[in-house]
Amino acid sequence: MGDASTSAKGDLKLSNLTKSFGDFVAVDNLDLVIPEGSFFALLGPSGCGKTTTLRMIAGLEEPTAGSIHVGSTDITYERPYKRPVNTVFQNYALFPHLSIFENVAFGLRRRGIKDVKEQVDKVLDLVELPHLAERKPNQLSGGQQQRIAVARAIVNRPALLLLDEPLGALDLKLRRQMQIELKWIQTEIGLTFVHVTHDQEEAMTMADTIAVMNEGRIEQMGSPADLYDNPKTTFVANFLGQSNLIKGSIESNGAESLVVNLFGQKIGVPRARSSAKDSSILVGIRPEKLRILPEGESTHGNILPGGVISDVSYIGVSTQYQVEMPWGQELMVFEQNDDGIAPLDKGDRVTLSWEPIFTFGLDGREDATAGSEVHVDEEE
Amino acid sequence: MRKATRWFSRNLIRIYAVLGFTYLFIPVLYTFAFSFNNSVKSNLVWRGFTWNNWRNPCGAPDICNALGNSLKIGVIATFIATILGTLIAFALGRYAFKGKGIVNMLIFLPMATPELVLGASLLTMFLNFGFNPGFLTIVIAHVMFCISFVVVTVKARIASLDPRLEQAAMDLYADERETFRRITLPLVAPGIAGAALLAFSLSFDDFIITNFNSGNVNTFPKFVYISAERGLPPQANVIGSSMFFIALIVVLLGQVVQRRRKVS
Amino acid sequence: MAFLQAVAKKGEASTKRRSLLPYLLLLPGMVWLIFFFLLPILTLVSTSTKTPGLGIGEFDQTYRFANFWDALVNSHTQFVRSFVYAGIATFAALLIAYPLAYAIAFKSGRWKNVLLVLVVAPFFTSFILRTIAWKQILGGQGIGFKALVWLHIVSPDSHVTASTFAVIAGLTYNFLPFMTLPLYSSLERIDPRTMEASGDLYANALTTFRKVTLPLSMPGVVAGTLLTFIPAAGDYVNAEILGNPNTKMIGNVINSRYLQIVDYPTAAALSFTLMVAILIVVTLYIRKAGTEDLV
Repeated sequence: MGDASTSAKGDLKLSNLTKSFGDFVAVDNLDLVIPEGSFFALLGPSGCGKTTTLRMIAGLEEPTAGSIHVGSTDITYERPYKRPVNTVFQNYALFPHLSIFENVAFGLRRRGIKDVKEQVDKVLDLVELPHLAERKPNQLSGGQQQRIAVARAIVNRPALLLLDEPLGALDLKLRRQMQIELKWIQTEIGLTFVHVTHDQEEAMTMADTIAVMNEGRIEQMGSPADLYDNPKTTFVANFLGQSNLIKGSIESNGAESLVVNLFGQKIGVPRARSSAKDSSILVGIRPEKLRILPEGESTHGNILPGGVISDVSYIGVSTQYQVEMPWGQELMVFEQNDDGIAPLDKGDRVTLSWEPIFTFGLDGREDATAGSEVHVDEEE
Repeated sequence: MRKATRWFSRNLIRIYAVLGFTYLFIPVLYTFAFSFNNSVKSNLVWRGFTWNNWRNPCGAPDICNALGNSLKIGVIATFIATILGTLIAFALGRYAFKGKGIVNMLIFLPMATPELVLGASLLTMFLNFGFNPGFLTIVIAHVMFCISFVVVTVKARIASLDPRLEQAAMDLYADERETFRRITLPLVAPGIAGAALLAFSLSFDDFIITNFNSGNVNTFPKFVYISAERGLPPQANVIGSSMFFIALIVVLLGQVVQRRRKVS
Repeated sequence: MAFLQAVAKKGEASTKRRSLLPYLLLLPGMVWLIFFFLLPILTLVSTSTKTPGLGIGEFDQTYRFANFWDALVNSHTQFVRSFVYAGIATFAALLIAYPLAYAIAFKSGRWKNVLLVLVVAPFFTSFILRTIAWKQILGGQGIGFKALVWLHIVSPDSHVTASTFAVIAGLTYNFLPFMTLPLYSSLERIDPRTMEASGDLYANALTTFRKVTLPLSMPGVVAGTLLTFIPAAGDYVNAEILGNPNTKMIGNVINSRYLQIVDYPTAAALSFTLMVAILIVVTLYIRKAGTEDLV
C-alpha cells in the first residue's frame, strides 16, 4: 500500500499518520489510500482513533507525524479553510443564527462564487428541501437538519466529503432511509465520501470499502462482504456481526485444506481462509451458516455432535439457538424459519454441521473475545 | 377543607413567589405613587394628586444635571468596560496561556472586595498623585468595577458555544477573521448585550464608589442621597419611576425582537 | 531530516502566533485593573501605616503598624456587627430567593423571561431611592407602619425604622436580586427528570429537595450567597438611612473616617482589614462548599 506513483489524481493518501495526546496514541502510524470517487467507511468502537483521523484530514487537528495528500498536493499542515475537503459534522453544526439558505450558501460566499442562488437552489432540490430555504435550523426536524448539513457541504463540490457519525442522532427508521439516500447522493454527484461510524450495519449498507479500526490501527480493510466472510482477526470477526470461535489445533496441512482437531472432532478448513501462524487455531463459523439437527439425524460437511440447547429465542424470520457443547462452550445458531418445521426446544440434544467452505481460521493466540464486548457501544 | 389544603400545598411555591415579588416591588410602587404627590417641601405625606411633577421632571434644582451625568457616565463606562471585558473573556474562554490563574484572580478580586474598599482605595491613590476627583475619576472607577462582571457574563456565553460551529465555518472556507465575524461574534452577541446591560445598571445605580471619587460632580444616586436629608423632591420619584419603566420596556422589546427573529 | 525540521518549524511558528494573541486581548483590561484596582489597594496598604503630618490631610510614612491595632480596638464592635448583619441578611435573602428562583425556573412556563426581567428591574429605580422609600413606608407617618398598627402587629408608640431589624431587612431587600439570579441560573440547568426520578425511587418531596435539587443547585447557592454577603458586609447606606447610632456598621466608620474626619490611615487600616477578613471568610466558605455538602 501507499506507493506515491500508483496514486491517481484526487486520491486521498495518508502516510505514517500519527497523533498522540500526551502518552496516549490515538492514531498509530496509519497508511491508507482512498481512491477518488469511492465511498469509504472507517469503522470502529469509540476511542479507536477514527474521529481523530477524520479531524486530521479536515485540518481540525494537527498530526504529530506523517502526511496527508489529496492527489499530489500535500495538505498536512494546511489551514482547514484552504483544503478541498468538507465535513458533515456529528450533530450537524448548522449555524443557528443563519437561515437554511445562508447556511448552504456559506461556503460559496466565502469562496466568492458568483451564482450563489442558483447553486443553493440546485442542491436544496437535490436533498428535496427547497421549501425550507428561509427557515432557521432549530425549526427543522433531525432528518431535515441532517440533509441540510449534507447539502451545505456538497454544494462546494469538494474533492473529499467527510461524514462524522452523520446518522448517529437519528432514530432507527430514519437512519435506514438516510443510509439509502446518502448512498444515492454519492453515486449521483460522484464525490469521494469518507464516513466515520461505530455502526457496522451503517458502514456495510453504504460503503464500497470498509477499514475496521482498533486502538489507532487498521485491523483489516476490504469490501463489506470480504470483511464479513473472511475476517482476519478476532476483533473483526466479533465487531462485524457475530462469530462462533472455537479453539483447536491443526493436525495436517493439505494443499487445499487443513484438518483441524476441535475437542476430538476432525473438521476441514480451507487453507486460503486461515490466518493461523502455527498449529494453534481459532476456527470461526458465522451463526447463520450452522445447521442444527436433532441428535441422530444424518448430515454432512463439518460435524460437531453432542450439543444441548440451552436457550431458544424466536425472532420471526429466524430462530436463535444457544447450544452448549460437550467442552462447555456456548455456540450461537441462527436458523431461518422457512421449512415449516416447529423449532427445537430447550434441553433437546442436537448435532451441529456446516459446509467447510464457510469456515475461517484465525491465529489461535489471539483473544477470542476481542471486539465483542465493545459491540453494543454507544455514540460518542 | 381538604380540597383547600391540597390546592394550597400544590400552589405553595406560586403563592410564595407572588409574595416575593410583592416584597420586591413595594418600594417601587410606593416611589411611583408618590411621584404624583402634590407635596410642598418634603415628599413624606400624601397631599393630593397632581401631574405637575411629571410635567416638569427637572423642576428640582440640579436634578436633571445629576441625571445627565449619571447617563453619560453610564454610557461611557459601559462602552469601555464591555470592550475590555469582552476581550478578556475571549482570552480566558478560548486560549490556554501562562498566567491564567493570576488573570482569573485579578478578575475575581474586585468582585470579592466591598465597594467601600474599592472606592476608598481609589480615592487614596488619586489624592496621593494629586489628582482631583471629578467626572473622569468616576468613569475610571465605574469601568474598573464593571469589567469583572462583563468578563464573567461573556465568558459563560463563550463556554456554552459549540466549538463545532466554528470548526464548520473554517471547514466551509472561512478564515479565522471571517469565522469570528460571521459565526463567533453573532453567537456571542446576546451575551455581550447582556453584559453591557448589567454594566450600565451597575454604573447607573452606584452610589458608594461614586461618592468617594466624584468631587463636586453630582450623579443621580448622589443627588437622592444628599437631598434626602432635607426632604426628597417628588421629581426624584418621577425620574426613578421613569428609569424603571424605560428599562422594563427596553428589555421586553429586546425579548420580543429576539423571539420574532427566532420564528421568522 | 530536513523534512522533520520543516515540520518542527511549522509547528513552532503557529503556536507562537497563537500564544501571543491572548496576551494582546488581555492587555488593555489588565492594565486598567492593575492601575485602578491593584495599585489603589497597594496605596491603601501603604497609607494604613502612616501618621498625621504637619497640615490637615497630610500624612508621613512611619510604618506604624499599631494603626491596625488601634483601629480594631476602637471599631471591633462595628466589625463584628457588620459580619453578623451581613450573615443574617444573606441567610434571609437565601430563604426568600430560593423559592422565588425555583418558581421562575420550573413553574413559570412562558412567563419565565418576563419574571426574570422583573427581578432585575427594581435596580433602575436606584437603590437609594428604594431604601428611602422603605424608610418612609415604615416610618411613623408611613402607610406601611399604619397598616402594621391597624393589624396590631406593632403598637402605635413604637417604631419600626431606626432599628437593627430595619437595617438587616434593608440589606436583605437590596441584595435580593444578586441572590435570585445565580440561584435561578443553576436551578434552570437541572433536568427536571432527575427530580421525577427521585420521586419514582420512593423519595418524598422533602427528600427529593434535600438529596437532589439542593445539591445540584449548590453552585448557585455559593455564588448567590457570596454576591450578597460581600457587598452587605461593606455597606453603610442601609445603616445610615434605616438605622440608629447603635446599628452603625464598619462601613459607616470607614466612610466617616475618610470623608468627615479625614483620618486616612485609620480608614485605610480598617478598609484593608475588612477586605482581608472578607477574603478569608469567602475562601473558607468556598472550600467548605466545594468539598462537602453544606447541609
